[in-house]
Parts: sequence; C-alpha cells; structure tokens
Amino acid sequence: MKHYDKVIFERSSEGRRAVHLPKLDVPETQVDSAIPSKFLRETPAELPEVSEVDIVRHYTALSNMNYGVDTGFYPLGSCTMKYNPKINEDAAALPGLKTVHPYQPEETLQGSLEMLHDLADMLAEVSGMDAVTLQPAAGAHGELTGLMLIKAYHASKGESHRTKIIVPDSAHGTNPATAAVAGFEIVEVPSAKDGSVDMDAYRAALTDDVAGLMLTNPSTLGLFEKNIEEIAKLMHDAGGLLYYDGANMNAIMSKVRPGDMGFDVMHYNLHKTMSTPHGGGGPGAGPVGVKEKLIPFLPMPVITKGDDRYYMDYDRPLSIGKVKGYYGNYGILVRAYTYMKSLGQDGLKEVSETAVLNANYLMHRLKDHYNIAADTVCKHEFVMAGLTDDNNHQVTTLDVAKRILDYGFHPPTIYFPLIVHEALMVEPTETESLETLDHFADTMIRIAEEAKSDPDLLKQAPHRTPIRRIDEVKAARDLILKYKDSLQTEA
Amino acid sequence: MHRYIPNAQSDKEKMLQAMGAESIESLFVDIPAQLRMDRDLDLEPAYSEMEIARRMGELASKNVGTDQLVSFLGAGAYDHFVPTVVNHMSGRSEFFTAYTPYQPEISQGTLTTIFEYQSMICELTGMDVANASLYDGSNACVEAAMLSCNLSKKKKRFLVSTTVNPEYREVMHTYFKFRDFELEEIPMKDGETDYEAMADMLDKDVAGVLVQSPNFFGVIEDVERTCAMTKEHKAVSIVSVDPISLALLKPPGELGADIVIGEGQSLGNDLNLGGPYLGFFATTNKLVRKIPGRICGQSVDADGQRAFVLTLQAREQHIRRFKATSNICSNQGLIVTRATMYMAAMGKEGMRDVAGQSFQKAQYLYNKLIATGKFEPVFQKPFFKEFALKAKKPVAEINAALLEKGFLGGFDLNTKYPMENTVLLAVTEKRSKAEMDKFVELMEVIG
Repeated sequence: MKHYDKVIFERSSEGRRAVHLPKLDVPETQVDSAIPSKFLRETPAELPEVSEVDIVRHYTALSNMNYGVDTGFYPLGSCTMKYNPKINEDAAALPGLKTVHPYQPEETLQGSLEMLHDLADMLAEVSGMDAVTLQPAAGAHGELTGLMLIKAYHASKGESHRTKIIVPDSAHGTNPATAAVAGFEIVEVPSAKDGSVDMDAYRAALTDDVAGLMLTNPSTLGLFEKNIEEIAKLMHDAGGLLYYDGANMNAIMSKVRPGDMGFDVMHYNLHKTMSTPHGGGGPGAGPVGVKEKLIPFLPMPVITKGDDRYYMDYDRPLSIGKVKGYYGNYGILVRAYTYMKSLGQDGLKEVSETAVLNANYLMHRLKDHYNIAADTVCKHEFVMAGLTDDNNHQVTTLDVAKRILDYGFHPPTIYFPLIVHEALMVEPTETESLETLDHFADTMIRIAEEAKSDPDLLKQAPHRTPIRRIDEVKAARDLILKYKDSLQTEA
Repeated sequence: MHRYIPNAQSDKEKMLQAMGAESIESLFVDIPAQLRMDRDLDLEPAYSEMEIARRMGELASKNVGTDQLVSFLGAGAYDHFVPTVVNHMSGRSEFFTAYTPYQPEISQGTLTTIFEYQSMICELTGMDVANASLYDGSNACVEAAMLSCNLSKKKKRFLVSTTVNPEYREVMHTYFKFRDFELEEIPMKDGETDYEAMADMLDKDVAGVLVQSPNFFGVIEDVERTCAMTKEHKAVSIVSVDPISLALLKPPGELGADIVIGEGQSLGNDLNLGGPYLGFFATTNKLVRKIPGRICGQSVDADGQRAFVLTLQAREQHIRRFKATSNICSNQGLIVTRATMYMAAMGKEGMRDVAGQSFQKAQYLYNKLIATGKFEPVFQKPFFKEFALKAKKPVAEINAALLEKGFLGGFDLNTKYPMENTVLLAVTEKRSKAEMDKFVELMEVIG
C-alpha cells in the first residue's frame, strides 16, 4: 500500500472542470423572476474544482490505501467476507436492469419483478420459510422488520401485553438496539461458557409478557445451538415467537434450515451469505423470511405472480406498512440473484461444507498457539480467547490484530463476542484456497512467537501500513468532521 | 466443484487428513439428526457464467428502462446525468469489496472519501456536521424524527407536512406505530405547508417538525418561516431537501434548520428501481452526539501524520447495545463513494449548471405545456425542477399513450393525494429542447 495524503479539496484549483454540460438549448428565464430572491443561494457551495484526471489520480491513490476482498484474505468473523464474483457486477450494470424508475408502470418492469419474485422464492427454500420480503435495506433493518412483524402478530391476537424480547448476551449489538427501536423491553440472558443459551436462565425469563427470542444459530461462537429444539418448544409453549439472526447462514445451507429448527421469522444478510460486495460499509440487503402465520403482516407491496404477469400487491390490510422507500436495495438484490443462480442446488451446499471445512482446518492449525474458546467442531467460524502465551499479559488481542496488518492480511473480528475475553473471531469463508489458509496460519503462529520474543514489535504495530495506529481519543475529543474544521484548527 | 470455490477435492482431502477428520460430513455431527435436511434444496442446478449472463440479459430485455424512454418521471428519484468517471472510479474493487473501515490503518481510502463526503454535504446544506449516510431519504426522515422524540422525555408529538414525499411519510407511519410517539400530518394549502394550520398544531408537546423544500410538488417552501415557528416551541426543525437544488437555493442551514436530510440518489446514482440510494443527514454541532449512524473524523497516527477514523462510536449499537442512538449498523458506503465522486466531478460550477439547467428546462416545459391550452397550472408557486399540471383526462390514460411513443410520463398525483387528473412532471438537465418539444406535441394531442 502506498501512502498518499490529500483530500480532494487540496487538489482544487480555481476554474478547473471535469464535466461540461451541453449548452443550454432553451430560452433562459431570469432566475429571480421565477423564484423570489430570498429563496436563492447567495454564495456558492465550496465544492472542489478539479479536472477529470485529478479525480482519477486522487481516487486511484486513495484506493491504494484500502484493503478489500480483492486485495487479499479477510477473515473477519461474523462478516462473511467471501469473494464477490465479477459477473454479479456486470449483471447489476445492465442498462435494462439499472435504469428503471421505481414508479414506472408494471408492464415495463416485468424483468425486474420476475427476478425479485424468483429471488424471494429461492431465499424461502434455502431458509425453510414460507414467504420472504426483500424490502429491508440491511441486516439490522431486517431485524427491525422482523420484530415489527412479531409485535403486529401478537397485537392481532389481542396480546399486546407481550412487551419483552429475550436476547442472549452473546448476541450481535444490533439485536438489543433493534428491539429498543421496535419499542420492546430487552431481557438479556447469560450464555453458558460455550456460547450456548443457558437453559435455566432462559426458562426463568419466559414470563407471560415475553414476545419472543432473538437468536443466532450457529451462535456467535461459531457453534451449533444444541438445545435449539427445546428452546423453540419452550418459547412456543409460552406463546412467544422465535427470531433468527441470519448472520451465520453461510454455515448451514442445504444442511439445516431455520424454518425447520422452529424459527418463525428471520433475516438474511445478502452481503454476507450471497456474496454482494460490502461496499466499504454498505449498502447491504436484509430480506426477511416468515412462517405462514406472519405472512399477512409483511411490508407492502408484495411482489406477486399473476396469471400472465408479475405485479405489486398493495391490497394487504394487515400489513405493517412500508419499512423502506420503494422496494428494497434492488441493485444489491440483482447481484444476490446472479450469485444464487450461479451456485444453484449443489453449489450452495458446497459453499457451506467448504466454509465449515476451512474454519475447522484453521482452528486446528492455530489451537496450540491461541486459546480456542470452545474445543469442539465449529461451523463456519471460531473464536479464540487471545494468545496461549501473552507474555505476562503484555500482548493483547489488539496488538495481535495490528501486527497481522503488517503481514498483509485483514485481521479477524476482535473483542467480539463480548462474552469471550480478548476475543479473536475468525471466519475464513469457502472462497479461500488451502495455500491462503496455510499462509495465514503460519503468520498467526509467527506472531505468537513474536509475542514471546519481542512483544514491543506487536505493541508498536503496525509498521508497514500507510499510516500507523491512530489516536482515537483525539478524534473524539477534538472533533474535526469536515474539511473546513481542519482549516480552522490549523489557523 | 464450483468455480467460486478454489479448493479442489484433493485439497479438501489433505485438510481432512491433517485434522484427523473422517469426512466433511463429520464436521456437521453437532446438528441433531432429526433437524437435518433429508433432501436436496429445491433449486435449479448451477448456471455457468455463459448461462447466467444470458439469463440476466433476458431479464433486462423484459424491462423498458430510462435508457430507452425519454423520462419526465421524478417524484423523489431523478434521471440526472452520471459522469462516466463516477462509474469507473467507484468501480475500483479496493473501495467496493472492503468492509466497514474498522481497521483504519488499511482503510484510509474509504475513510478519506467519507470525510470528503461529509464536508461536501455540509457545504451544500450549510450545516456544521454530517454523518456517513443512512439507508435512504425515507430512513433519514425516520431517524431525524426519532432523534427529536428521544431528546425530551415529555414531548410526544411529531409533525410532518403533507407536502413531504408520501413514500417518506408512509415509512415514518410504520416506525411510529411501534413507538409511544404520535405522528401527525400538517395539512397543505395551495401546494405548500399550511402555515396557519401548522401554527395551530404546534405546542409544547411537539418534539419536532419535518417539512420538505422543494416539496413533493416541486414547490419551494418558506423554510425560514417554518423553522422559526418550530423553534418558538423549542421543537427540532427538520428540512428534507433535494441536494441538487442546493446549488441554486438557499441552504437550510441559513434558514434556521436544526437537521437537514434528504435523498442522495441524484448525486451520481442510477435509478435502480428505488435502491440502493442514500439518506444524507446533517445537523448542528449542538446535536453531534445524538447523530445516528457512522461519523468519520480527522486525527493523527503514531507518527503525527493526518489520518481519518470512525469516531464518536460510543453512540453506536456495537458499544451501546440497547441504549444506542439507533440500531443502524451500516452506511451506504458504495453509494457514498459515488456521491462524493459525483460532487467532485461536477464541482462548484458543474453543480450550479445541473441545478440551473434543470430549473431552466422545467420552466420551458411548464410554459410550453400551459400554452397548449390542454393543461392548467395547479399551484401558482415558485418551483425548482418539478411541477404539477391539471389535465383533462386521467394521468394513467395519458401515460399509456405516451409510453407507446417512447416517453415515460409524469407521476399520477391522484395515487397519493385527492387530486384527479393531476400529473407531476420532472425535468433534469438531460432533457433536450427537441425531446421536450416532441413531448409537448404529444401531450397536446393526447391530453
């Protein structure tokens, strides 16, 4: 990676242009004759003045300071950073698919509607759910939609007193945050040491006012929840519903389905399981699958297949309404559709099998040098509780992660799940070769040796990146959130 | 063996042997047998690259997009020109295959771009700070409204003008159903917020007020007035704007807005059937610690070099869990990258050209259509690039006839408002005089 230190404003020079519009070809109206001058801008926005070449050089230089899946191995636990196939991008860039306006007449959208309908069907089959909405924009948004559906369901049965959602303490942070946004109270239950649900605590939490449980399975420790059948039965007997956080779907496709485990509602993260690019932070897509009893409450519109055409069904009297503008992150859905069709029946099975194989292999290679949080077969990811020898507590997980940067890998997820001390969460995915896995394992072992021989090397890491460790306290204390703030600070 | 999975059977066997595992199947023993799928997934076999390319091409050919139609459809999503440099540079996979920049040492590309984006949004809106984006325009409305409601324990009402995009209001109503706050709509009068009705509705229980300008009908509203009224009642004044319009119109930051939000699709993004778009969110320094979503800030690294990093993370779900300011856990990274590159490519003068030409052409089309005698003005109000006209027959009928001639007609306002035979037409810089003259000719015959 090459260091480059400019923001686009610093390349600006008066009068430069990257784009010229065609000359205005209609008679000109005096602006202030049509719009009162009090509504008009007096001083222009200080946007950069740069040429096309300036833009190309600037963003190429910036891209050189970024690490993506195309750059290298990205074993970021819980994020499923698999390879993003190129054909997906070609499909999403087809003019017939990308230039459609959301309010066009349905007869001009038949290709898109057919694709969306087909995608929802495939997602339902893989999850064992009865119907899927594609509207939610991200995983957290899918969670919110799912909890709204649960609330609407209870309300329809006259059980609005169900105001509590049970969330294990090993859950993703979005779970409790979402439950709060959906207007629920959160009951956090502790996990057993292996990350599974503590059954005694769970039973105790099952009071009359419980609306449901949010659960990830495999858990955030990468382990299959062994008591899932009993967990589901207890919840259903208590009158609540089960929400499945689909973050870890990559482990189980074609092996076991949330719908068959007893879950009533779930979300997918298409940017994880279905290979759509993470985009440097988004956009994602978080389709939500439901069992039959929740179908009437799904967001509108529902894309439906009629006798001779596809249409958007707004005649849904019990629907919770719209959760997002229009119909979802369609451009992402096009990519996910392309991926699912490319993988097909056998491919998705091979995805999960290989993801699990790769994770178990890496865990095996690292187990003598890092504390494995749970010494059993894992699913698509595993968690390590820091180094087996941290040199008298000198070397932390953060130090290890920063040293990994020096060797040209993206580090695993760190300090999550919260229930594991010094956690390093590794998810290799299925799209990595044996050589890459071995290279990473060798590197991790070498870092474990360095921790013993030269801890300072880790504590000062990274050494070889374009910039070094950043003062995060300063960033939060002396807030500089835009270019003009930085100029004032200098002056 | 699928082409996206590098390890061949021989590699897999080597790995199993190294681990002392019998088979891949033995790695799934922890899943109770009675739960296991006892059949294959009911999906088609894998498509080869040739087959999937053909399939996607077929689907694309079943659509008729704005690449083939001359569009006057807007209503919140606009057919503005996208410079090719935006596609090329945002297409660099170092940007779009990266995760959220939680490891800033190897994410300066993403972080610098977000910092630039925040700076540009602040320039356009006239606000102090902007976040790294929300899902879309409707989600930005929701988050701004929820922020206002959460500021005070006592204020339980939130007001939104009926002239705000119906799509946004529908989403807001969904969210409010699940909270203990009341969402009330301020009526409209002559195509803008009914300021007197708003004054009557405002009281000390109102947490915030959302208006839009240019509003859904394209009308430029008196934002200064609504912000002043809102502030009198110590409520949060929120304005939704079209970012393109801000190259021409006074930024809400100069009109007293506390929060400025909007849909960023028109900043270099394709129509994409409504998503992915981006919601921008800008506010004052005073509210900085209440902002939902990610924020990028400037700092220094261990060698004292300037560096960018996600900051104020203590607001966010992964730290605060159920006490977070929002459950949002992403930003529209790829769309932000595109918007930043678009604003850089258009630049200070280019953005004014886009806004200016859209305005000029909308004026031209409006006058021409009125001159046909077939259409009447609905509101006598200043507008930016969109306007409503009353026709003599249903809009659906007119649009069907237009479609046959290769034109995408305007939005049928009667689908969202009690406004019969009323069409909302949008004009961007992409429309030429020849296209508009042809459109007028057709409308004169059809209308």
